[in-house]
Parts: sequence; C-alpha cells; structure tokens
Amino acid sequence: MRGRSRQETPPSTSGSCAAPTPGIRKTSADKSPLFAADLIKKHELEKDEFRPLYMDFQATTPMDPRVLDAMLPYQVNYYGNPHSRTHAYGWESETAMETARKQVADLIGADPREIIFTSGATESNNMAIKGVARFYQSKKRHVITTQTEHKCVLDSCRVLESEGFSVTYLPVQKNGLVDLELLEASIRPDTSLLSVMTVNNEIGVQQPIDEIGRICRSKGVFLHTDAAQAVGKIPINVSDWKVDLMSISGHKIYGPKGVGALYVRRRPRVRLEPLQSGGGQERGLRSGTVPTPLAVGLGAACSVAQQEIEYDHQRVSMLANRLVQKIMSAIPDVVMNGDPNQRYPGCVNLSFAYVEGESLLMALKDVALSSGSACTSASLEPSYVLRAIGADEDLAHSSIRFGIGRFTTEEEVDYTAEKCIFHVSRLREMSPLWEMVQEGIDIKSIKWAQH
Amino acid sequence: MSAPARSQVISLYKLLLTESKKFPSYNYRNYAVRRVRDAFRANRTIGDPTTVERLITEGQQTLALIQRQVTHTHLDIEQRLLMTDLGPFDIYYYSTSVWQ
Repeated sequence: MRGRSRQETPPSTSGSCAAPTPGIRKTSADKSPLFAADLIKKHELEKDEFRPLYMDFQATTPMDPRVLDAMLPYQVNYYGNPHSRTHAYGWESETAMETARKQVADLIGADPREIIFTSGATESNNMAIKGVARFYQSKKRHVITTQTEHKCVLDSCRVLESEGFSVTYLPVQKNGLVDLELLEASIRPDTSLLSVMTVNNEIGVQQPIDEIGRICRSKGVFLHTDAAQAVGKIPINVSDWKVDLMSISGHKIYGPKGVGALYVRRRPRVRLEPLQSGGGQERGLRSGTVPTPLAVGLGAACSVAQQEIEYDHQRVSMLANRLVQKIMSAIPDVVMNGDPNQRYPGCVNLSFAYVEGESLLMALKDVALSSGSACTSASLEPSYVLRAIGADEDLAHSSIRFGIGRFTTEEEVDYTAEKCIFHVSRLREMSPLWEMVQEGIDIKSIKWAQH
Repeated sequence: MSAPARSQVISLYKLLLTESKKFPSYNYRNYAVRRVRDAFRANRTIGDPTTVERLITEGQQTLALIQRQVTHTHLDIEQRLLMTDLGPFDIYYYSTSVWQ
C-alpha cells in the first residue's frame, strides 16, 4: 500500500495526505534517495552524553579480553613475518600462526591444512564462489544460491553472471528456510557450486545444512556455506555436515576485525582459482603475508568459543526469551520474523506493525540497534531478506533486529524491552493507522485516494 | 577435597572476583564476575584431586590474564554509559570506558 502511494503520487503532492503516515519518507518520484543517515544523524558522543548500550551483536562484537591477551605479544614483541624461514622472528610467528590454524580447525572439526586465513568472511565468500566457479568453468557453468544470502555472496554471483555463468537464486519459504525439494530440483548436471548461508544475519534462521550437504554430495555438487554468524555459536562439524567450503569471520566471534578464514576440503579435494596473485602464501590460494596478531586473535577467539559454546548458547537463549516474552506480552501486533524453532536465538528480528522502524530507531537512540544488516542500514528501503520471506512491505518497514551476545546483561535486555514497549505504544498513539485498526477498519481493504 | 586444596580454591575464588570487579568496562566486568561465579558453581562437586589441581592451575592463569587486562585502565577515557536496572526513564550513571 505504501509502495503504491509512493509510485503513484506525483512529486508536487508528496506532502499531502496521500501517504497515510506523516511524511518522513520521500516519494521515489523525486530522484534523490533518502538515507537513514539523514534521519539518524551521525555525531560524535559528547563527553557528558550517554554511551548507548550495545544490542547489535550481528553487526560486530566487542573483542573478548582473552583474545586481546593472546594477541598483544604479537603486536609488540613477536613481530616477525610468519613466512620468514631464515630467523627466529619468523619461526616463532609461524608457530603461533599454525597454532591458531589448529584452533580454528578444531572448532569446526576440520584438519588445520584445510584452513586458509583471509581478511574476513567477505573475502572468503568471494574466494569460494568465484574461485570454484571459475576453476571448473570449462565443464560446469551453473551456480545456485538463495535470495536471503549476504550481499557479498549475491554480488559475487552477479559478477559470475556477467562472466557468462548462469545463477539460480532460490526463493525461501515464509519462515526463511529453503525448500529442499526445490533445491534438489534446481541442481543441473552442470552445477558446480551451491552456496547457502548457515545462519542468516538479519533474521537468524538456521538452514538445514546437513540435509543440503547430503543432497549436494549425492549429486556431486560442491557446497559452500557462509557461517560467519554461526561459527562458535552453534556446534559445527564440517564432516557431519558434508560441507566443502565454509567462510568464517573473526569479528563476529569476539575476535579482531580484519581477519577471517575459509575452510577448503581436501578429501574429496575442492579446487579453486585464487583471486590474488603474489607470493603464494596459504597454499597459493591467498597470496599476501598472514597478519600474525590477527590470526592469533582469530585462533584465540575460536578456542574461547569452543570452550564457552554451551554456556554462551544457554545464556543467549535465556536473554532472547526474556526480551521476546517481555515485548510480546506487553504490546500486540508484534511479529517475529523467521522460523521460530530453526534459528540461532541471539538474533531476534521483530516487526512492530503500524510503527515506522526508523522512527522507533530514532526514539531508541540510547540503544545501539539496527533495522537490518549494517551493510544496507544506510538506505530506507525495506530489507531484501524480509521481502524474500514474503513480509508485507509495511511490516518489513517496521522491523528491528536485536542482537544478543556474550556480554549482554539482563539489565540491558530489560531496559531495551521496556523502552521499546513505551515507544511503540507512544508512536502507535500518534498513528492514524493504529486508530483505524482500533476502530475495526481493515487497513488492507482501504483504497487510498489520490489527489 | 583435601583441606589445603579447599582453602586454596576459596582464596582463588575471592581473588578472581576481586580482580574481575576491576574491569573498567561495564559489560566486561559483569561478564567476568558472572563467569567466575558460574564456573566455580559448576565445578563445586568435583572431588578428583588431579582434576581439582588442573582447575586450580587454569584458575591461576585466568587470574593473571584478568590482572593484565584490567591494567588497561590508564588507557581509558571516562565516559558515561547509560545503564538501566530501573524503569524506562530512570537513568543510572555508570562510568565506563573505551579502549583507544
């Protein structure tokens, strides 16, 4: 409904009553895009201003003190190049790097030789998708992915399309999960790679990677999974899941920013064309000096995660339940996006009907929240993930993602819930739509008049 | 658990809690205190002396780690953090810090 009024209202009347909600959103007819940044002004915090509390653990996480403790010596004392073979500086860095590689491998049940250090999950995804597709392009020229993938996966696929590959973007069901029958039916004899993310970054649903792995293995298709949001949070075993490539990010698991890893299966062997040319580090797949402190940090983060996985999961589930219970019991017409059971509990995506997501974000300015992924949070367009799960446009516009993590406290959850309840009620009081709903008018049946 | 081990464990527990409370950051402080308490609670019933000894060593390493990490205080800028164990508009001033 809002989409229609946006398309049909001429620019001269954009401020008139055609739009049912007070017009903070411009029409698409006036070409300048409206960015959330225009509404939620960026500014440095003043000395006497409060620091917002952090509820955006899907965007990034603070570094665990245990990780920093492991990294610091490699920033100052042990600064050798891990690829230097002629002196002790190099040897000690290499040992540290290999220990880190083993820690990463142990967390996902892999062999250390199958771990390639990269600059992050975006690079890992690019490497995996472009690398595998290009390596096998003489025989296989088809790639499958889903519509709810991260931007870097979708964009890599777009690049492949421009190179002449055909790509299938699988739709997802209402609950955010892929339809396995459709997935199996989409596999063609010339399909080289299937890429499905483990845990979605916006709605937190967890795809059945083990079943997808079985299908892929039986059809001889390589399976890549973007596990940036899943590693260290849910138990993962690459052999059980039959995953061939897996992307890992450091800063989503309380590790340093700027480092990640790609798991590449050795048996049966997966081959890929490297993106970067150079000194042939990382088995020639990723040239460039491995940053020892960052690799050590990633390793430490993985080892801490392995140790804490159960404790963290229990706590995050408890806090997420607390948040959802509090909000849902206090205000009506709140929808939780994504499958209620097949999910990682730390990512809660709620749609507050009859409330503008951005207005709510502005009202909740002392809580660091996001309406979706950080990469797309600058634009006011509704998230493509929510559109892919078939959320109505008005619900997609009113969604907020709550990220709960290791360092979240009960107090923070309670504050966020209470503040959310207060502001949603307040904004609804002001909304003419809400008033009409209270009077029993079916909003969807209204034909909004054009002037 | 033998008597010396018992007193050793109790003193280690107290030391860990004291040091954890020194974290300048609200979130790290809360996590450290909670994690120490929960770890000791979970391992309360362990009687095997070798396991107890291993856990004590681990605890001592953690204690050293916390002490190292807490000393980053001098790098910190005092800044107010909104914290909230009261209602939606009752605001508590907590001093917290950002590592620069």
